[in-house]
Amino acid sequence: MRYLPHTDEEIAAMLAVVGRNSLDELFCSIPDHCRYQGEMPLPEALSEWQLEEHFAELGEVMTVGSRHKVLIGAGSAHHFIPESIRALLSRSEFLTAYTPYQPEIAQGTLQGIYEYQTLTARLLGMDVANASMYDGASALAEALLMALRIGRKKSRVAVAGSIHPHYRQVVRTYLGPAGYELVELPVGPEGRCDLSALGDLGELAAVAVQSPNFFGVVEDLELLGQQIHQSGALFIVSFSEPLAFGLFKNPGECGADIACGEGQSFGMPRSFGGAGLGMFACREQFVRNMPGRLVGETLDRQGRRGFVLTLATREQHIRREKATSNICSNQGICAMTAAMYMASLGGTGLRRLARLNYDKAQYCQERLGQVGGKVLWNSPVFNEFVIEFAERDFGPVRQRLLAAGIVAGLDLGRFYPEHAGRYLFGITETVDKAVIDRVAEEVEK
Amino acid sequence: MKTFSDLIFREGFRYTEDHEWVGTAAEHLEVGVSDYAQDQMGDIVFVELPDEGAVFAKGEQFGTLESVKAVSELYLPVGGEIIEVNSALGDSPELINSDPYGTWLVRIKPADPGQIEQLLTADAYRQMLQG
Amino acid sequence: MITESNGMMQDEPLLWEKGRRGRQGMSIPASDVPPGKPPAELCGEGPDFPDLSEVDVVRHYTRLSGWNYGVDRGMYPLGSCTMKYNPKINDRLAATPAIAAAHPLLDESQVQGCLQLMYRLQQALAAITGLPGVCLQPAAGAQGELAGMLLFAAWHRHRGSRRTKILIPDTAHGTNPASAALCGFKPVPVASGAEGILEPAAVDALMDEETAGIMITNPNTLGLFESNIREIADLVHARGGLVYGDGANMNAVMGIVSPARCGIDVMHLNLHKTFSTPHGGGGPGAGPVCVSAELSPFLPVPRVVLSDGRYRLEEDHPLAVGRVHAFHGNFSVLVRAYAYIRSMGAEYLKRASQLAVLNAAYLKESLKDTLPLAFPRPCMHECVFSDAWLHEQNVTTLDFAKRLIDYGYHPPTIYFPLVVPGAIMIEPTETESKEELDRFIATVKQIVQEADDDPELLRQAPVRAKLCRLDETRAARQPCLCG
Repeated sequence: MRYLPHTDEEIAAMLAVVGRNSLDELFCSIPDHCRYQGEMPLPEALSEWQLEEHFAELGEVMTVGSRHKVLIGAGSAHHFIPESIRALLSRSEFLTAYTPYQPEIAQGTLQGIYEYQTLTARLLGMDVANASMYDGASALAEALLMALRIGRKKSRVAVAGSIHPHYRQVVRTYLGPAGYELVELPVGPEGRCDLSALGDLGELAAVAVQSPNFFGVVEDLELLGQQIHQSGALFIVSFSEPLAFGLFKNPGECGADIACGEGQSFGMPRSFGGAGLGMFACREQFVRNMPGRLVGETLDRQGRRGFVLTLATREQHIRREKATSNICSNQGICAMTAAMYMASLGGTGLRRLARLNYDKAQYCQERLGQVGGKVLWNSPVFNEFVIEFAERDFGPVRQRLLAAGIVAGLDLGRFYPEHAGRYLFGITETVDKAVIDRVAEEVEK
Repeated sequence: MKTFSDLIFREGFRYTEDHEWVGTAAEHLEVGVSDYAQDQMGDIVFVELPDEGAVFAKGEQFGTLESVKAVSELYLPVGGEIIEVNSALGDSPELINSDPYGTWLVRIKPADPGQIEQLLTADAYRQMLQG
Repeated sequence: MITESNGMMQDEPLLWEKGRRGRQGMSIPASDVPPGKPPAELCGEGPDFPDLSEVDVVRHYTRLSGWNYGVDRGMYPLGSCTMKYNPKINDRLAATPAIAAAHPLLDESQVQGCLQLMYRLQQALAAITGLPGVCLQPAAGAQGELAGMLLFAAWHRHRGSRRTKILIPDTAHGTNPASAALCGFKPVPVASGAEGILEPAAVDALMDEETAGIMITNPNTLGLFESNIREIADLVHARGGLVYGDGANMNAVMGIVSPARCGIDVMHLNLHKTFSTPHGGGGPGAGPVCVSAELSPFLPVPRVVLSDGRYRLEEDHPLAVGRVHAFHGNFSVLVRAYAYIRSMGAEYLKRASQLAVLNAAYLKESLKDTLPLAFPRPCMHECVFSDAWLHEQNVTTLDFAKRLIDYGYHPPTIYFPLVVPGAIMIEPTETESKEELDRFIATVKQIVQEADDDPELLRQAPVRAKLCRLDETRAARQPCLCG
């Protein structure tokens, strides 16, 4: 086996040093009743070439492949990824390193993560971003738990019904067993978060909204923030498409106390939903309540600038059950990816790309409107929108488009029974006008 | 870390087994941590203290000290109301390292001033550490 | 101005200290649609990012990478972290176009390849642990623990039993108590015995009607096998509790120990340790949970099942604890772990465990006269030494560790587990050859000699890294977390 360097002679020599007669004898401290019986029922080992063959077969049974145009976002977006990022990520100095606990030989990771934190904080308009969480869903759950810590005696939080349904499910999983109460706020008539019930909900530690929300609708975060703050709750902004903040006001300038979401669209492939990136940022006053790793600037003994993991007393390896979270790892290489992507785009590029995404989705929405699609809400959207084909059955159209290599939208009934038969479309810079026109033509047929 | 003979013990203060000291001022008591405690902790980087006006029972946790890689809980030696917290520690937690007996953490109005008599004298505290 | 250069270990400023407004580092398509009209009142300025060219970005990160140490550079004997070699082919397989491009919400019929891979990985992990129910969603070991504790809570609730405490040995990782606390359990520490392992009597004294169960890492963080695990599990079960196996160290016992036969009800595996996926400078990892048949109904949803030759995602499980990830966990990590398991097969997975233990035993034996052993018992995949030898020279474990850097090694884990004073915890892993180990052993001996001859060498170390020791106190007192 090519990953195991030991020759039989070396094994014999090493066994002699440790005073054992066989490899089995090394395990003498294991009682019989704990031992594995027989051989593990696993398939035969494959050579590297057989393994490649096996993966080629797995790829072939995917009836939607990389050449398809998948017009779905819903928390997993397709954007172009420059080859320069792929090449840099394959550097094993980044990829095969552990958490930077020895800063003298991990300055590459540490400076990279410090830059990630800084660019993320600037993007979201927040004071401090951490070194990342698992994904947008757990980041939201952790944000709510953080707000409950800050709110001390408060035990209730509210989340908008227009937040990604899976994020809300994860929040329920995280908050349930500790006895916290979770309230869902309704989706208003324009597909935006409806806060009218806020006054009747009693003391809330936090209210979380998503923008752009699950329907692609851009929320009026400033207005929501004011109302939420008036109620005495912390204001949490969730997101699944950070590119939007290249065009729209960021959470910080709208008053958010915590901003968190999914960063997959910054340079990571969809990869069946992972690995992605939980971006997490807050106001400075809350930093000691923050979950997750943080990198900070300092000096070495010769006075040179360097970076270290810091404020670790918040974390589980020191504070154990009183830690701000049980999280230990971060999505390290994904955070590096996002930083590389933000650096490659630059401020100018980010604004341009965000605008391009806006225009494409806008065009698609209008084009489908012209051929009988009914745009459900008049609210502004980014990248995604909901459309209904009331007069035609969209099923056969969708089948024809699939045969042409286009996956046309996501049936919302899966997540919102009241919206069954309505479709959530996701359009990015990867979708040419010709593809959008093709969809419209097929609807018109 | 200091050797035992280098440790300072302030006479006249009373001590707890958790290494807090209590000193008596005009109308109130002052609470800090001993030289031994600051030496064990190493560089203190953050102090978390309660709000003024908060009331704690004897032995109740009222705050924490943090070094780079450790957290130490602070327990009130004598029950009472927090009348003042040392605001200088927000920016300068290192004062605890440089002058542990001159740096009080909180001033309290004791509920029962008699409780102070139950605490260790400097001698008794020294003996406890010597084990 | 030209300042003194650092030779080939080049200096490199922060991203925003370079670049010029108007540069572009990636290709952006020209617009082929008419411009839309975004509502002005919602629009912002966009972030203050530097504008860089593609060359700027490539040089920046290539220079940064030169300051990092990874497994591909050399031995990384970081105890409890299992820094084994990460096979290159697995990274490429994770980038298989149809798999890397798969959207997580496509219809099941469109993603049979991804589902098949997940199903087969579930089957493999079930085979390795002997625990038939598997959920791949948890994104890391700590999230696997959380899922496990959620399962404990749900199982007890379903039986109508209210339990508020959980037993956790004093040698456990900090994630164990933190994960338990998230589920509302109060951790009760159990002291390990004089031999470094748990004694049934200690558990007997603590396991009561209010205790939900016990979390055990086996082999434990001292690198010792918990030989009494079965007795302890029987005792906990008899009193209505459950046994959680933290599988962080499963790499030591694959095909040798059956977690199911040990009496474990729930176990998470760290795919980034045992199954060789790269650590990525901190993540992503993956922490699937494996459970007994009795606990299977409580597993998170969705789960991949096979029926009539088709792979499906099952959501409809009324007892399920819910969902812990937006989609299917860190799928690209699952792909790599699956590829590793298929490359190894049962025979070489077992062989990997045997050689991991052989390497640790060889190191222990070769160093036991140089460094004081914490516990003189047969070790598994890692061995732990104490700092008793260092006091006379006024040199610390930290100094020793930093000196290893000057010799081109990543230091071992230090000051953990907490029960060993000044612990030095060495895990060589099976992918290090005998000559690598011999070189490492010789280096450790040389440093110990240096501690006698010239302790200042240790106190000043490292002197051959990008930077010398960093001021962590300064970083924590005046946090500067954002540039």
